[in-house]
Amino acid sequence: MWEQQVAFWVIAVAMAGAAIGVVRANNVVHAALFLIVVFAGSAAQYILLLAEFVAWVQVLIYIGAIIVLFLFGVMLTRAPMREERGKLDNSQRLASAVVALFLFGVLAVFLIDAFGGTELRFRDSMVEVGSAASVGDSIFRQFVIPFEVVSMLLLAALVGAVALARRD
Amino acid sequence: MPINYFLILSAFLFCAGAYGVLARRNSVLVLMSVELMLNAVNINLIAFSAQAQDVAGQVFALFVITIAAAEVGIGLAIVLLIYRNLRSPDLDRVEQLKG
Repeated sequence: MWEQQVAFWVIAVAMAGAAIGVVRANNVVHAALFLIVVFAGSAAQYILLLAEFVAWVQVLIYIGAIIVLFLFGVMLTRAPMREERGKLDNSQRLASAVVALFLFGVLAVFLIDAFGGTELRFRDSMVEVGSAASVGDSIFRQFVIPFEVVSMLLLAALVGAVALARRD
Repeated sequence: MPINYFLILSAFLFCAGAYGVLARRNSVLVLMSVELMLNAVNINLIAFSAQAQDVAGQVFALFVITIAAAEVGIGLAIVLLIYRNLRSPDLDRVEQLKG
C-alpha cells in the first residue's frame, strides 16, 4: 500500500508543478511541454486507480493528438518562440489568482468535509473493471446511445473546423 | 488510500486551469488552460469509478476525452480565424462587440 502512496505523491507533485508551469510559463511552447507532463501524470494516476484502458486512451488522445494540435496552433499563430515576459498575460493576474485560490480553498474544505473518511480499497477484481473488455462492453451495451451521439458530435466538429478554417 | 488525495489534486488542477483562463491573454494558452480543467474532471471521474467499483465513471471519462478533442479542434479553428482577421492571437484585441 505504501508504494502506491509514494507513487501518488511523486506524480502529484510533478503534476502540480507542471500545472503551474502551464499557466505561468513565459513561452507558449514551454506551456505545451508542461501540459504533456500534466497529461502523462494523469495517465499514471489512472493506472494507480486501476483504470488501464482510460490511461492508454489518455496517452493516445491527449499526448498524441491534442498536444500536436496545440503545437500546430502555436505554429500557425506565429507565437514567438523566445521568452516574452508579461506579454502572454493580461492585466487581471492578481484578481485571477485571488479567484483561483478562493475556489481551491472552498473546494478543499468541502471535499474534506464530504469525503474525509472515505478510503479507496483496491481489490483484484477492479483490474477486470478497468480492462478494455469491460469498458467496451459497457460502452456498447449501456452507453450505446451516448456513444452514437458523440460520434455525431465528432463529425460535426470536423465539418465545423474545416468550414471555419478554410480560406474563402 | 484516501480518495481525497485524488480529489484535492484534481481540485488543484482545476483551479490552476481557472487561473489560466482568467489571466492569459494568448488564446492558445487559454485553450490549454481549458484542457487542464477538463483533465481535472477526468481524474475525479476515475477516482469515483474506483471507489464505486463501477465502470460507468471510466466511460464518462472517455466521453469527456472525446469532447475535449472536438473542443480543441473547433477552438483552434476559431483561434486561427481571430489570428487571420486581427493579425494577433491576443484575446483582448477581440472587442468588436463592445458597445
